[in-house]
Amino acid sequence: MEEVKLHYDVNAYDFTCAGEASGKLKRSLKDLGFDASLIRRVAIAVYEAEINMVIHAEGGVIDATITPECITVVLADKGPGIPDVELAMQEGYSTAPENVRSLGFGAGMGLPNIKKYTDEMTIDTEIGIGTTITLKICNK
Amino acid sequence: MDVKELIEKLDLKVLCGESLDRKVTGCYCGDLLSWVMSRAQEGDVWLTVMGNINSVGVAVLADVACIVLTENAALDADALNRAKQNDVIILQTEKNSYQIAAAISKLI
Ligand SMILES: Nc1ncnc2c1ncn2[C@@H]1O[C@H](COP(=O)(O)OP(=O)(O)OP(=O)(O)O)[C@@H](O)[C@H]1O
Ligand SMILES: [Mg+2]
Repeated sequence: MEEVKLHYDVNAYDFTCAGEASGKLKRSLKDLGFDASLIRRVAIAVYEAEINMVIHAEGGVIDATITPECITVVLADKGPGIPDVELAMQEGYSTAPENVRSLGFGAGMGLPNIKKYTDEMTIDTEIGIGTTITLKICNK
Repeated sequence: MDVKELIEKLDLKVLCGESLDRKVTGCYCGDLLSWVMSRAQEGDVWLTVMGNINSVGVAVLADVACIVLTENAALDADALNRAKQNDVIILQTEKNSYQIAAAISKLI
């Protein structure tokens, strides 16, 4: 398999689309013949980061690079940025507004889930500029 | 056990789903999506009161066997459409999650 690159746009505040990009990526990985446990890890991590872009930022773009060994996914938004990344990474920390909580979000488990299911996770964030999260998940 | 058998034994109402022969291997209860996302296992019956489009997204990604909306929790029209597109089975019951989970534990 050659390197495969996929791109997705994530719309702002569009809960009817949220989860669509991670769903599509999941299907592509299935078609490419990746193993189910790797697909599950990618799906969870990318879903959480995608939802965060919708809830906490104003949407953004997702770029995935797929090789037989590793899946690298870059999620970039132009949202408000994360003031304290260490705090945001703690289980249970959430600034999700009430309307979003009533939909089942806001447990403060998204970023910890991403950490748990990826081999590498980096967050580049600047207040007022945006946040870029890079994830890497490799075959074990 | 498959979903069809689950429906018969627990007298569940089918809100969405055509092929009901999906295998059931466990059960998970929860309404906070990112908990469910990371803890529910493939093949679980997911018991929840969240009947919105995001639940369907989680069901697809976590690859659960089906969603059971307990206490007659409602399913949104958006959620139903998304579930149809993605072949997600959604069931409903007037019983609560505890009653359904206890019953499932006797079946599997
Ligand atoms: N892309 C982002 N832009 C700005 N802030 C973010 C972004 N992603 C996360 N955050 C901040 O980090 C916090 C923790 O994120 P995390 O995903 O762990 O929890 P949550 O989204 O609030 O709830 P959950 O993911 O459990 O539904 C968020 O509440 C928010 O303040
Ligand atoms: Mg989140």
